[in-house]
Amino acid sequence: MPSRHKSLVLLAGVILLQVLLLAVQIKRDSQGRLIRSWTVGAVSPFERAGSYVFGSFRDTWRNYFALRGTKKDNDDLRRENDALKLRLAQLEGKAAEADRLGALLHFRQSQADVPMVAARVIGGSADPGSQTIELDRGEHDGIRKDMGVITPDGVVGKIIETYPNTSQVLLLTDNHSGVGAMLADSRIQSPVGGVGEPLITMKYVPNDDDVSVGARVVTSGMDRIFPRDLPVGTITEIKPGNPFKQIRIKPAANLERLEEVLVLLTHHPLKQSDSAAAQPAPVAANPAPVANP
Amino acid sequence: MNGAFDLRIGESHIEVHKFRTGAILLSALFALVIQAWFPLHFTRAALLDLPLLVTIYFGLSRRNPSTGLLLGMVIGLMQDSLTPTVPLGLYGIAKTIIGYLASSIGARLDTEHPAARFALTAGFFIVHQAVVALTRRTLLAQPEPWLTLHFFGAALLNALVAVFLFILLDRLRRQS
Repeated sequence: MPSRHKSLVLLAGVILLQVLLLAVQIKRDSQGRLIRSWTVGAVSPFERAGSYVFGSFRDTWRNYFALRGTKKDNDDLRRENDALKLRLAQLEGKAAEADRLGALLHFRQSQADVPMVAARVIGGSADPGSQTIELDRGEHDGIRKDMGVITPDGVVGKIIETYPNTSQVLLLTDNHSGVGAMLADSRIQSPVGGVGEPLITMKYVPNDDDVSVGARVVTSGMDRIFPRDLPVGTITEIKPGNPFKQIRIKPAANLERLEEVLVLLTHHPLKQSDSAAAQPAPVAANPAPVANP
Repeated sequence: MNGAFDLRIGESHIEVHKFRTGAILLSALFALVIQAWFPLHFTRAALLDLPLLVTIYFGLSRRNPSTGLLLGMVIGLMQDSLTPTVPLGLYGIAKTIIGYLASSIGARLDTEHPAARFALTAGFFIVHQAVVALTRRTLLAQPEPWLTLHFFGAALLNALVAVFLFILLDRLRRQS
């Protein structure tokens, strides 16, 4: 190496040593000693690069090679998930049924001296214009034609046909249906009937009578089918008519979602129950079947 | 180490000087002592940088870059050591570079003439202060005034002092 180059190398080395000497002594407030800052700055790119390379390998391994059995696991988990969904739906159905049965049992216990039989709805009407349902109980269970059908929420309809093991119910909303009713507060009596729609009508209330929206309608017992004071529904709309008011009532029982009902085997008046006869229950609270005493 | 010998570069004829034993060391120490003591009594003396002048002189005379930069480094580090507020290496780096440049230039030019010495010293002073300012700004994060009238005045003063100081230091040379 030429002498001039030697001295240049020596110069560079001596200056570098002194710069390092300075860096060891200098302390920046935010970053500590300069030598530490430089060291970190010099090393961190390699650390980052190493971390990137290692991370790439790791991700490649985790996302590709380690996933060889994932499809099988995925299929197994999917099958298990489907089974669990089905099981969950079954349990939810059973829970809802238990709620309904609990409400029905409570109602039945509050009317222990009234003969009634619980029945499960097993079918509906084949005619869309006909509002009927079919029960899994019939003549062998003591059910006869024109017997009343209720839920803890209110009147459902009446038996129109009986068979040895099944029976058919004409719902309150059917065109041909009717029940003797009265306003719970004013005791104004008037039959209530269906018009083939979800709402039923109260037919013969004179325009002079004072009736208000929200008034409760109960059975009057005059039809000799239903005992007196069973909930029928709540008035939702009142229009003046000629010669009678046009009153529309929302049925107390949820007639569109019936699963279990009670068939009254007597016409004796029911006791007023805090949860059943006096107050219509919420629509969602469906009744449940109870064993016949 | 006795006497002087000739260094021929091209057609030029440059003489490399030798000094009495311990002359360089004693001169450097004397310059450092004066530099540390003088400004205490004469404020204006702070404009002088005697260690720098000694570095320049021996660099120009010895005309060996390696020796010059090492001498500059030693003098600079000793100057740093005598200044508690300055980190070791600040003047060391600057004087290392000046030592190297002075030796390199001294090997190519005749630096015996007072005018040449005046001009070279002024130039080296500017380079020295530039390196110090750069080091302060980049490494110490300290703003250093640069190229002020005061600065140019100091350069001229050091150059003027160098002309007379170098004549005195010439007496330390060994006669060939």
